[in-house]
Formats: sequence, structure tokens, C-alpha cells
Amino acid sequence: MTSPTTTPTAPRTHMPAKDALAAVHAARDPRDIVITTMTPARDWMLLPQQPLDLVLVPSAMGSAPPLGLGLALAQPTRRVIVCNGDGSMLMNLGALVSIANARPANLVLIVFVNGTYEVTGSQPVPGAGVVDYPALARAAGFESVHAYGSLHEWQSAVRRIIAVPGPTFVALDVEQVHGQPGPKSPGPARERARQFMQALRG
Amino acid sequence: MFSSEKIRTLLEQLGVTHVVTVPDSTIGRWQTAIEERGTPRLVRVCREGEAWQVAAGLQLGGATPLVLIQCTGLLESGDAIRNALHDFGLPLFAIIGYRSYLNQDTLPGDTCLVFTEPTLDAWKIDYRLVTRPSQFDDIRPHFVACRDAGKPGAILLAEGKA
Repeated sequence: MTSPTTTPTAPRTHMPAKDALAAVHAARDPRDIVITTMTPARDWMLLPQQPLDLVLVPSAMGSAPPLGLGLALAQPTRRVIVCNGDGSMLMNLGALVSIANARPANLVLIVFVNGTYEVTGSQPVPGAGVVDYPALARAAGFESVHAYGSLHEWQSAVRRIIAVPGPTFVALDVEQVHGQPGPKSPGPARERARQFMQALRG
Repeated sequence: MFSSEKIRTLLEQLGVTHVVTVPDSTIGRWQTAIEERGTPRLVRVCREGEAWQVAAGLQLGGATPLVLIQCTGLLESGDAIRNALHDFGLPLFAIIGYRSYLNQDTLPGDTCLVFTEPTLDAWKIDYRLVTRPSQFDDIRPHFVACRDAGKPGAILLAEGKA
């Protein structure tokens, strides 16, 4: 019998998810479209809102990256930032391939990796602590791929990272939070869609 | 049933900007004509539920997408359709290949014939069944009617094999 070929890795650092998201909020341009879903949506709604924020609640789980792809193709002069969870990413891994294949230079996909389905009670996602999201993105064809576990490093890098031509993939190792409620819809989705489309035209 | 160029020209005339697709052996033949001319833009995705989600983003962004999939993919797409068409109220339009409708030589007893049309009804997608080449001219008025009414719609295109 052969021995496992994996080697121990250094302890990973994790940043508070709310602070990681606040760094995105501070770095985004008002012309940017920002799509949030699941836990990032809940935390994003605690921050000052912009007309081009699209809170994807309710969602079809896994839908934020392909929705962002569509918006990026339709609005090539705007940056589109998608804030996704790792459980949601696992729901639709093929979207990584679809995005890389379409090559939208204006799309930034940020995955907040905490290893749990936080909104349903913090059950572990499949492959928690094992799945290498940046490697998945590279294998799918992303060329701009980044990973951060340090809040200070992410805060220092975020403006530069989202400014480079993409598609760009960022994995953020964030702390688990237990006992928090899931995101609540900020209002009727149809009306919000209509307002969002008006804001894009305006 | 329809030539690739005939379909591509129709989609261009209807103002379709993007065709979001997973192929089957019938509708997949249209890809080359669409891609060679570049209009509409072809967007390949990995599963059909994803096609509706990409189309939703395109529609929100002011484009005019068309979802081009097989009926098996419609059956896979439920939650994406619920969210895009009914939560966010986006009037997406699709052309859906209807597997085994014209013959069941490859898949005798194909259950696609049992579940496809009830599924379209369940998702409140107004569809027209196209079974003959002479029905090509039915596609444009149905697309326009759905667009003008702001409601989701589909052409269910009869196919002969898997």
C-alpha cells in the first residue's frame, strides 16, 4: 500500500467576512454593478446601498455567477462584481467554465469561503477545507486568479485586483459565523429588477 | 426542419442579441451559422439551468437573449426558471427541442413526451408547438406577442431523434 502523497499545509488564516465585504464596498465605483447572494447579501445590506446593487434574494442557489456573466456581456463598459458563497459556487461549478469561455473582461467573481452552508445552520459544504477554489478557477480557464486569507492584505489589494482586465476570480478565506439568520429579501424582486434596469438606463 | 441560416436570420431580424445554449443533435446544427456571422452572439454554457440565469443577466442588462436548449434541459432548469421568470419577472424566450416527438426509433417510449408540455404549463411559459416546416412563420408572431405582452414564451420544436 502506498502512502498518501499530500503534505501538510501551513495553517490557513481567515478574515471576518463582513470586513472583507466592506473592503469591496469601499473599492467599488458607483458605476459598478454588484451582485450579492446568500451570506454576502445579508452582510452587504448592512452597508450603504447603491442603485446598481442587485441583491439576489430570493435566488436560485448557484445563480449569481451566471447572472453576472449575462450582465457583464450586456454591459461591457461597466464592471460587474459578483459576491458569492462557497456553497453557492459548488452548486454551479460549471459556471466557472462558462465564464472563462465567454471571457468577459469586466467580470470579477469573489467567493467567500467559510466551508459551511451558513444560512441553513452552518452545516459543512462538501469538500470543506479540501477544495482548492483558485485551482478550480485556473483549471476552468481563468487567468486572473487571486486568494487572500489576511484582511489587511485583501484591503490593500482589492482596488488593484478588481481593476485588472478579467474575468477575475478571487477566493477569500473568511471566518465561520454561527447562529446568524439568513438574508431577508429587501423587497419584491420584480420591483427591484425594474428599478435596477431603470438605474442602468439612467 | 429549418436551415441554420434561416433560423439565424430570423433571430437577427427579431433583435435577438445573444443565444445562450446547450446543444442537442438538432438545434446544435445551428451553432455554426450563428457563430460564423457573429450575430446574435453565441454563449455556450455547461447546463441548461445556467442558460436561463445567463439570459436573465442579459435581459436585466438591456440585451435581448434567447435560450436554446433541449426539453431534457428544460426539465433540469426548474429552480432557475422559477427565480428568473417568476421571482424577478423577466420575460425570457426560448426555443426548446422536443426530443422524440417526430419518431421514437432511438428512444421508444421516451418520457420526454410525457413531461415536457406539462412542465411548460407548470412554469407558465406560453409555448407554441412547431411540428412542420410550414410553421416557420409561426415563430415570429409568437416571439413578438410574448415580447409585447412582457411574458415568458417558447417555441417547442419537434425533433426526430435523441
